[in-house]
Amino acid sequence: MSEEQIKNLEEQFEARIARDEKIEPKDWMPEKYRQTHIRQISQHAHSEIVGMLPEGNWITRAPSLRRKVALLAKVQDEAGHGLYLYSACETLDISRDELYEQLHSGKAKYSSIFNYPTVTWADMGAIGWLVDGAAIINQVPLCSTSFGPYARAMVRVCKEESFHQRQGYEIMLKLCNGTPEQKEMAQDALNRWWWPSLMMLGPTDDMSVHTEQSMKWKLKRKTNDELRQQFIDQTVPQADILGLTIPDPDLKWNEERQSYDFGEIDWDEFWQVVKGHGPMNKARMKARVGAWERGEWVRDAAMAHAEKKATSLKKEVS
Amino acid sequence: MSNKKNWPLWEVFVRSKNGLEHRHFGSLHAADAEMALENARDVYTRRNEGVSIWVVESKHITASNPEHNGELFEPAQDKVYRHPTFYDLPDDVKHM
Ligand SMILES: [Fe+2]
Ligand SMILES: [Fe+2]
Repeated sequence: MSEEQIKNLEEQFEARIARDEKIEPKDWMPEKYRQTHIRQISQHAHSEIVGMLPEGNWITRAPSLRRKVALLAKVQDEAGHGLYLYSACETLDISRDELYEQLHSGKAKYSSIFNYPTVTWADMGAIGWLVDGAAIINQVPLCSTSFGPYARAMVRVCKEESFHQRQGYEIMLKLCNGTPEQKEMAQDALNRWWWPSLMMLGPTDDMSVHTEQSMKWKLKRKTNDELRQQFIDQTVPQADILGLTIPDPDLKWNEERQSYDFGEIDWDEFWQVVKGHGPMNKARMKARVGAWERGEWVRDAAMAHAEKKATSLKKEVS
Repeated sequence: MSNKKNWPLWEVFVRSKNGLEHRHFGSLHAADAEMALENARDVYTRRNEGVSIWVVESKHITASNPEHNGELFEPAQDKVYRHPTFYDLPDDVKHM
């Protein structure tokens, strides 16, 4: 194809997206569109998969059967989310094997929030309430993103997320209405998860490199700062109902903006965690890679069994 | 990356209730058809989304190429006489 032909195709392509047409896997697409989507969808899938680890930590120690079945179901949903997203990503001509390889080798990133430890039961409450809450804010606009398989996966994901947040909030509510020690536990969890949850919505707009292109392709519909403001404005009243204090002395209602003003985010901490120096980066990767390696013989055995069955079936037929 | 055989890819179709057709839900990896059905149950119907599941190995699907959509679908484009509005009838003809 000549340069001019490609430019023509690119213009038509951008026009289709601007008209709100969806792009499907076999359609022509600019290489950059393909690469950007592989990166974003796979990062998203990896986050769902690694995101099971901090909560998996508490399944066996849930305080009641009710809490245990709910947490188990939530973690199972996250596995499902990972699988929807991996299969959406594979439609862009990259294999599952390559995607896992990128995660396990550290080449691919996942959400840095999962590199923090879950030290008390209250963390299950804070994660459902805040982390899934921030995830919902990130994900809802993606239900109408331009790449068909990604949009369809996100519709399914978003339907399932609301139970995650509600079960988390209910844990917090129960603790806050409990003994002073239980309430203290809830406050402590909020103190530790608040700032990392704000960071989850991404670097500030002036630091964010991808925003303009991502807006065009509908990978983003609002900027990181807008999403963060939305998250804060809807979460502060929820903390009030719990009777908990947001750990930010600068947090203040701004009558004029009809929004909360908030304090400075420690972006050094964010970049440290992104670069692999968070408290749990190594442990998470070790757990993930270990599980994959320990499962290898099972995958091989299943494949050998399937092949044997297929050949004996062929013999019967002939 | 190992060179050995990985679990193949399967496409999953789910009938959400009797009376509706099976609809494509997504895909997954499984060693064989039986496992693909079980995995599809866990991945795509955790909340009673289905009453029937079909799985088919992705490699068995032949898909049309959107780049040839012009030639492929062009024949239907100039056949307005396939639509009821093509036929001129007086207004006082009822029930038609
Ligand atoms: Fe999720
Ligand atoms: Fe979730």
